[in-house]
Amino acid sequence: MTDAERTTTDRGSAEGGRAQRRGLVRRLREIVGDRHVLTDPADVVVYEQDGSILQVLPEVVVLPASTSEVAAVVGAAREANVPIVPRGSGTGLAGGAVPAEGGVVVSLARMTRIREVDLRGRIAVAEAGVINLDVTRAVAGQGYFYAPDPSSQAACSIGGNVANNSGGPHTLAYGVTTNHVLGLEVVLGDGTVTWLGGRVPDPPGYDLTGVFVGSEGTLGIVTAAALRLMRAREAVRTLLAIFDRMDDATDVVVQITAAGIVPAALEMMDRTTIEAVETGAPAGYPRDAEAVLLVEVEGVREYAERAAELARQICVRGGAREVRVARDEAERQRLWKGRKGAFGALGALAPHYYVQDGVVPRSRLPQVMREIAEIGRRYGLRIANVFHAGDGNLHPNILFDMRAPGQLERVIAAGGDILRACVAAGGSITGEHGIGLEKKAYMDLLFSPADLDAMARVRRVFDPDGRFNPAKMFPTPITCAEMRRAPAAIPAGLWI
Amino acid sequence: MGEHGGGGAQERGGRGASAGPAGRRTAAAIPAIPELDRCVHCGLCLNHCPTYRVTRLEAESPRGRIHLVRAAAEGRIDLGERFAEHLYLCLMCRACETACPSGVQYGRIAEAARAVLGPPGSPVARWAARAVFTRLLPFPGRVRRAARLLGAAQRLGLAALARALPGRVGEMAAMLPAVPRHFFTPATEVFPALGPARARVGLLTGCVMSTLFADVDAATVRVLQRNGCEVVVPRTQVCCGALNVHNGEVASARAMARANVAAFLAAGVEAAVVNAAGCGAAMKEYGHLLADDPAWAEPARRLAGMVADVTEFLARLGPLPPAGRVDLTVTYQDPCHLAHGQKVRAQPRQLLGLIPGLRLVEMDGSDRCCGSAGIYNITHPHMSRTLLREKMQAIARTGARAVVAPNPGCMLQLRYGARAYGPAVAVYHLVDLLDESYRAGDA
Amino acid sequence: MGRDGLVRRLREIVGDRYVLADPADVVVYEADALPLTGALPDVVVLPGSAEEVAAVVRAAADGGVPVIPRGAGTGLAGGAVPEGGGVLVVLTRLDRILSIDPRARLADVEAGVVNADLNAAARPYGLTFAPDPGSQAASTVGGNIATNAGGPHCLAYGVTTHHVLAAQVVLADGSVVWVGGAASDAPGYDLRGVLVGSEGTLGIVTRALVRLVRLPEGARTLLAIFDGVEPASRAVSDIIASGVVPAALEMLDALTLRIVEDFVHAGYPADAGAVLLVEVEGVADVLDRLADRIRALCARHGARQIRTAATEEERALLWKGRKEAFGALGRVRRGVYLADVTVPRHRLPEMMRRVAEIAARTGVPIANFFHAGDGNLHPNLLYDPRDPAAAAAVARAGEEIVRAGLELGGTITGEHGVGLDKREQMRWMFTDADLEAMRRLRRAWDPHGRLNPGKVVPQ
Repeated sequence: MTDAERTTTDRGSAEGGRAQRRGLVRRLREIVGDRHVLTDPADVVVYEQDGSILQVLPEVVVLPASTSEVAAVVGAAREANVPIVPRGSGTGLAGGAVPAEGGVVVSLARMTRIREVDLRGRIAVAEAGVINLDVTRAVAGQGYFYAPDPSSQAACSIGGNVANNSGGPHTLAYGVTTNHVLGLEVVLGDGTVTWLGGRVPDPPGYDLTGVFVGSEGTLGIVTAAALRLMRAREAVRTLLAIFDRMDDATDVVVQITAAGIVPAALEMMDRTTIEAVETGAPAGYPRDAEAVLLVEVEGVREYAERAAELARQICVRGGAREVRVARDEAERQRLWKGRKGAFGALGALAPHYYVQDGVVPRSRLPQVMREIAEIGRRYGLRIANVFHAGDGNLHPNILFDMRAPGQLERVIAAGGDILRACVAAGGSITGEHGIGLEKKAYMDLLFSPADLDAMARVRRVFDPDGRFNPAKMFPTPITCAEMRRAPAAIPAGLWI
Repeated sequence: MGEHGGGGAQERGGRGASAGPAGRRTAAAIPAIPELDRCVHCGLCLNHCPTYRVTRLEAESPRGRIHLVRAAAEGRIDLGERFAEHLYLCLMCRACETACPSGVQYGRIAEAARAVLGPPGSPVARWAARAVFTRLLPFPGRVRRAARLLGAAQRLGLAALARALPGRVGEMAAMLPAVPRHFFTPATEVFPALGPARARVGLLTGCVMSTLFADVDAATVRVLQRNGCEVVVPRTQVCCGALNVHNGEVASARAMARANVAAFLAAGVEAAVVNAAGCGAAMKEYGHLLADDPAWAEPARRLAGMVADVTEFLARLGPLPPAGRVDLTVTYQDPCHLAHGQKVRAQPRQLLGLIPGLRLVEMDGSDRCCGSAGIYNITHPHMSRTLLREKMQAIARTGARAVVAPNPGCMLQLRYGARAYGPAVAVYHLVDLLDESYRAGDA
Repeated sequence: MGRDGLVRRLREIVGDRYVLADPADVVVYEADALPLTGALPDVVVLPGSAEEVAAVVRAAADGGVPVIPRGAGTGLAGGAVPEGGGVLVVLTRLDRILSIDPRARLADVEAGVVNADLNAAARPYGLTFAPDPGSQAASTVGGNIATNAGGPHCLAYGVTTHHVLAAQVVLADGSVVWVGGAASDAPGYDLRGVLVGSEGTLGIVTRALVRLVRLPEGARTLLAIFDGVEPASRAVSDIIASGVVPAALEMLDALTLRIVEDFVHAGYPADAGAVLLVEVEGVADVLDRLADRIRALCARHGARQIRTAATEEERALLWKGRKEAFGALGRVRRGVYLADVTVPRHRLPEMMRRVAEIAARTGVPIANFFHAGDGNLHPNLLYDPRDPAAAAAVARAGEEIVRAGLELGGTITGEHGVGLDKREQMRWMFTDADLEAMRRLRRAWDPHGRLNPGKVVPQ
């Protein structure tokens, strides 16, 4: 446990806490208006969970509408000595927006203004609550787009993307969020508002913007971001390859990238996932296939055509039983349909699933996929794999039924084994979902005490009181009790 | 623009410079060297410098040595032993000149500094070196007598005895090749062209070439004749003086330069052909060496303009293709003073390409110094061997059976390397192979 | 512990040979490639391992003296130069390439490995380390990391930070930690990102895991000749807007062309107003079509002549003038002050007009050749260092250029770093609160301010 966390543990149980809380709520209402401070259980209960299966009920939820309101809210929380937990759309998959130690949840959902679009400079300045897809919508007509595209992009917010350093299928070609954030407006622990970074990439001095991206709300609250816009690609080519052997499919992934093609997306689904898709929302995949690979290439017309043809040849040579090539946008959408609906379809096979987010070097994919299958066999659990094969970002979904006695323990143990296998293969414990509550127990697989201490020191620089999103990121073991707080069924429309 | 002015807009200050123990030479002795101002300290030379690559010490890099000379010229450091050691660990290979984007002629800076320092080493070594530079090299007769003495000693088995001696003497003896019984001392001064005459050229026979490599001199004459050249070997020529210049013996070097300028200009030739890269590079600098000598500056410039390496000259003349097969896989070592000193790289390869049956395989870092560097392998055996071992490994990787290196120093060093470290490659001068091919073709 | 005591202890750590205290040894470390001399280091030490670096840092801490890390010393901002004594830690002996994994496209290298040597080692696998600063023949990977170095091909590949996955760092207290991880975008705070570009003020990088990229299957290089900088700048905008991402997009202005032609003989027309060098890379059989497109765009903006390199030799010739431009300037004027301003790309024409105005007003000749594709200008201010008036004029002109860049939304340095040279200019770009945040971060890593003091963040 870090110093910062230690100071927060005792908080809230002080004498007169109740009276103090009433004072805090009054103060918050003054700042944002009565309507935007929620304390009624029926209101706050919906903020006890994000896209993960972890739950903690907040004491008060506040929805400021401007940066100055956020700053005032932070000041009020500091005076009341309670934790602050920022939250965007709550689509995160690691419990990062769950108020682990109570306190004030600050929802940025009302800060939805796109303050500026500068197409010549290729920059958009968006507030934290702006929905990811809305940035692209605002500039698509002029031929631009915002590249990071987490599967939740129709719902997740820019602030949340920044907090988690989100990726997406097209990360392979364009990189994750940190590569697309030029500057950030942040509210720090003492209530000051400051801009980090600027409007040009790689400014001099320390890369404070880079520290904030991916810090999961533990350093301060991001209220706005200067985002890099990209020129829309002239041409897109999509193809889908069906394999009888998982090893062939993973080999093809390695070969495609080795051939010098950088696909915009390179997505894989295994047999269990295919079965779920064909049961839940049929996409026309053969049920007896072992793997389906989706390849998308884009760029200038000449390149996209040539690269798609090369990729097709590699798939055929690599043992694909069938390769389908989309001839138009409608066909392209059909090819993507199964992939986009895959997570929702998993409900057709089991009432619960626990998604992991490991990363391995691309070259180790075939080996790690075999190890995951072996872990599934060892624990007697079905594991469905849907993942970003191109950048080695795995999403093994452990299917289970929480009501069956002893299953949850096995699931947690299997999840841990999968992450250990990823780390042993030179990989990491999260590709794009963040650490939050869920993964913090595994941080010491990756980092030594000295590494974690270095991070803790950085945290103290920005947040000496440990007030922002306490008990996240830094390792303490996750327990079954935390997991058991999960609801009985997975909500529909989970995005991964 | 802040307290530091416009970067370079500030005078180079000597803040914090502390005076060391008094050196044996005075700082005032470093003359104004205009070339010093050209260095912008960018550092692109560092990784091209063999001694920097081995030591990774800034003071053993071209930029570092230039900085040292500059600091000494400004009186900020003494010309002490350490200063001299840094200046003399330099091989004078001039690879840095090839790398330098500003065109700094490092060689001139180092030579000027060495001229102030005088020869390297202990007082005894310095005395001995001075004796060689001033009492032996300027006199071809004495050079031949010394070589004969050495040959006689070898034939009496004394050399084997010497090789068995511990330390420097043993190593030096091991490096020397067998001295040939006959030196290149032609009875005639002019060799006629074979076939229609295309040029009249002079040949520098050289102190080492004409004795230890007498056969190469003879082959050079034959190859030139075969290419339609009338070859003049001026009798009054002397050693080129390169070793003197490199080792801070400028006065004797100037005397030798004057003798050669007189000898070659009197011969009425259109080119002064040289088959030793180090000698050619030195003679091309005669104009610079004698620039302050009113009587000799102009003639020296004229001769310098006529000097050409034998490979450079043949390529320019248009070589007649040899017909005899030489079935051999070779690799080519760029002598430093040919590639860096004279910028002659393509011509030797072009000539090798003319020889039927010969296959050229390039080695890694062919223009990196082999560690011979004049008498460097004697004065700095440790560094020299380190570079030689690397060189032999690069040669081994090519799988070649022979190395071509058109310079006597490189040939001695590489032959020693082949014996001491392997691979057991043959070492040829380029004209050896050309001569063989012409003769086989004519036979 | 006095200086003698410190020197003794350092000798115990790294051995006598690798501790330099003689004036003739240390004087060569008083400057890097910035034409400015700092102070002499008290002692120079060349450790042979990360453990030795850590022990040296601890010894310096015990002696209460600063530690200044240095790679090859090719930096252009004075970052590797001591400001007031201290222990200069030269990392050039850490020159081992520990492993190259061609399948994962990673190289594990020590900090002192020379950029070009890493490239040579990766080439047989068809791979390369993408950052290609002008100094790459000499500069070290550690130095590239410290300054977050760029280069002509950063337009397509990004700067050093995009190619460093993890780094082994010796911290101010002598502890050795790794930041980042083998997989990209490691969880937790991006300490790796903070470290890259921190110019040795947060820790000493001793080893790094870097990304290698595939060598392109082929490349086409075009040289387009324009009558002025304006039409060339407009062509740059159109090329980028067309969706083609060239691997490099470089511009040379009229003064540069004249000087380059006099000394390098690259065959550029000496009367041209501007030259644009465009390189596209990628899958071989689409290159010609991409090159056609770029030719058409250049022609539309009045390019009077466009040459395309068909062979590697022709490509080298087209690049020759650009690569040797800086050296050529040195042949004309003894003093060259190289500014390093980045502006948003679409402000380029305006910035170029302002630079021309400043040159006219101050009488300082300014030659421009630069990374046009990413708006990174390198105005070269030419002067005679022995003329104090000229030096003062250069200082004024340099300041005006930087301020003009900032007004157009740019930064004070694109790729050379802050070091000593641009430290005070940081105040022009950042508020006191920003700088205070940086100072606090620095104190978190180095509470006693012992690592490369005086650099990057103004006091």
